[in-house]
Amino acid sequence: MAQVSSIAEEQATTPLSASKSVLLRISRFNPETDESNKFMEFSVPYQKWTTVLEAILDVKKHFDHSVAVRYSCRQATCGSCGMLINGKPRLACFTKISELNSNVVTVEPMNNFPVIRDLAVKFERLFDTHQKIKPYLIRDDTELESDEKEFLQSPEELENFIQFANCIKCGLCNSACPTMTTDSSFVGPQALAQAYRYVADSRDKGKDSRLDIIDESHGIWRCHFAGSCSQVCPKGVDPAMGIQFLRGYLLGFRS
Amino acid sequence: MTQDENKEGIKGMANPGRYGIERIAYLLMRLTGLGLLGYFIAHVYETSNILRGRMGWDEFLALTQTTEGHIFLVLVIGMCVFHTGNGIRIMLGHGGVGVGKPARPDYPYDPASQNYRHKIGIYSSIVLAAVAMMYGMAVMFGE
Ligand code: HEM
Ligand code: SF4
Ligand code: FES
Repeated sequence: MAQVSSIAEEQATTPLSASKSVLLRISRFNPETDESNKFMEFSVPYQKWTTVLEAILDVKKHFDHSVAVRYSCRQATCGSCGMLINGKPRLACFTKISELNSNVVTVEPMNNFPVIRDLAVKFERLFDTHQKIKPYLIRDDTELESDEKEFLQSPEELENFIQFANCIKCGLCNSACPTMTTDSSFVGPQALAQAYRYVADSRDKGKDSRLDIIDESHGIWRCHFAGSCSQVCPKGVDPAMGIQFLRGYLLGFRS
Repeated sequence: MTQDENKEGIKGMANPGRYGIERIAYLLMRLTGLGLLGYFIAHVYETSNILRGRMGWDEFLALTQTTEGHIFLVLVIGMCVFHTGNGIRIMLGHGGVGVGKPARPDYPYDPASQNYRHKIGIYSSIVLAAVAMMYGMAVMFGE
């Protein structure tokens, strides 16, 4: 059932000069009470720079406060606002309506995550798999014990992993991954990319223990290098690259 | 359980529309792999007909001389060529070959692993498969 409303001009946070409007379709679903999701439709004014998140917040402010959405930083840093936007996983705060080239913007919760309500999904499993690959430096000594104040690293050594350290744990990659569409046990591109982030860090000595962790039947071998993770990552992490490098170690292509 | 995690399921896995040629190659690799597996099993069954003697062998082989048989074999040729070509690309990629080099990412964050080398690998596997299929058709349907 569609419910079309339009924002009264004097209430809109988007300036009055906004001449264009877009039909925003929001998936509503409460797993505790609903059988399936329903779409609510709103006509929302927008500017060239209006993000999908701003449009959703406009709807919350003026029409329906009960729309559940998670966000915090509004600048692609906290990793909270991942959702399906016109069928593809993206950050709502990092996606401008104008770049979608469509008169209709449909927002749904990310796939491959349990829905809490509407657009908000549970991240427990993402954080668990992230933790599983030991996302910290592994060494025998520690910074506090050694004579040196810090572990030195050259700019070149930094380049080897800095790209992977950009991960904001937004989960878009896990939502796009074709293996995750059916496999609830797969460790997933986010965690695998982080395994590589630490393996590639010259200060880390935990390569063998991390390779052990991902070398299992629902580990790295379930990756088929479809690359969808890298195509949706909003931070340029390129999980597919890191995963193939990791597998290179396991297959003996790299040492 | 599936409902719980909001998984897309097989439909999402097999939907090639959203993530570029790499995801299409992923799907084709699966389909051709399964197709070849099916052909392989059928092939073992077919060749086992030799146990029925010359008559049985010829009888079964006649199936491949029909139009349907020709079309089937042309498909097998295409599957074989694509699967092999793309398979070599994937094996190299899986070893970390040709997937780019880590670098400080910059907007718009084009992923280096989804690069032209792999795209060329995919497109050439498709073109090679098409050429091989046309050659096969020319031989089988020729004259
Ligand atoms: C030179 C020939 C071949 C090469 C280089 C090759 C290579 C590959 C590679 C690299 C994969 C893994 C793809 C991935 O990770 O997604 C694969 C999958 C597969 N191959 Fe082959 N293959 C060849 C011949 C065959 C033959 C003859 C058959 C059938 C009897 C076959 C059946 C399969 C199947 C069923 C899969 C699994 C597909 C999937 O799970 O996506 N392959 N092949
Ligand atoms: S790798 Fe990219 S898409 Fe995946 S969780 Fe990290 S930032 Fe998000
Ligand atoms: S609100 Fe923080 S990433 Fe979008």
